[in-house]
Amino acid sequence: MCTSIVEIAPASGMAKAGEDGWFSLTHSVVSYDHARHALLEDAITIDFVNCGLEPGARAAVELTLDAAKALSSALNKAIAAAEIEEADRLHALERMRRVALVAA
Amino acid sequence: MTYRGMTVETIKINGDKGDPISAYVARPSGSKTLPGIVLVHHLPGWSEIYCEMTRKFAHHGYLAICHNLYERSGQGNPDDVAAKVRAEGGVPDAQVIGDTEAAVKWMRAQPGHNGKVGVFGSCSGGRHAFLYACHKRDVDACADLWGGRVVMAKEELNAKTPTSPIELTKDLSCPLLGIFGNEDRAPSPEQVDQHEAELKKHGKAYEFHRYDGAGHGIFYYHRPMYRVEQALDGWNKVFAFFGKHLAG
Repeated sequence: MCTSIVEIAPASGMAKAGEDGWFSLTHSVVSYDHARHALLEDAITIDFVNCGLEPGARAAVELTLDAAKALSSALNKAIAAAEIEEADRLHALERMRRVALVAA
Repeated sequence: MTYRGMTVETIKINGDKGDPISAYVARPSGSKTLPGIVLVHHLPGWSEIYCEMTRKFAHHGYLAICHNLYERSGQGNPDDVAAKVRAEGGVPDAQVIGDTEAAVKWMRAQPGHNGKVGVFGSCSGGRHAFLYACHKRDVDACADLWGGRVVMAKEELNAKTPTSPIELTKDLSCPLLGIFGNEDRAPSPEQVDQHEAELKKHGKAYEFHRYDGAGHGIFYYHRPMYRVEQALDGWNKVFAFFGKHLAG
């Protein structure tokens, strides 16, 4: 099937592609269309790319829909836990700032 | 007649807006005057299977050229180049038409060409081949193999794909061959019905072959969607169609 299912998100971070090592990211691209390597007709393909570099600056996976759902669930859980951690850290920093102000 | 001898090479042509793009060319051996096929590659890019299909056309007695629609996104593994194009939001239809026009002009300038050109594409290439045959009047036959998004909803249109191709059916300038799998969802059988109705409405010459037990990518022997029986029959349909319309 020729779908037009493509979601493009800005990305900050690093990805690893082959022996060339790590490169910085500009975008994450999620699509559902022909699989090129997985023995599936269609796959959720996730590309981590740097659009400013040559096409080889790409880390990619092709997943079944079920695997993509499991990944999405794991990602959401990890993000939720990370946001709790980040909120706790911000509260602690705020408490320290107030204590310092009072001491001053 | 088949041509076991051929020469193949990668050349440069001036594509849309004069941009240099690569093209894979296969020429049957011998001095016979031959028709030409311009292959418009699929969404996965200027890939190995399109080079193989270029040689297949040469084997069957056609000068064949397949130009790289993704040249501007850089060089590398076709998968990676296609992914970069995807990240960039795809290639504009107008640019594909300009690039394909350059390949058609190249073909028409070749010694040993009989003056007839067919345009062939599968997947997005089928859609682009059809678009080309609606926009231009310099091809003599067009083959659209399971081209999705010939029928597009308004919300799918954007600056790069501003027009649903089916709207251009009235301008189709040559006979059309369509090969589709009835289990495909893009194009779905209902969309193929819509396209066929539009072709009939405008009195266009066409033949559609629709296979049960097959979906998308029927000819792709390296993918799970390959269907050997339908693929063999489909190739016979392709060569019969071009043989009929491109004879010198």
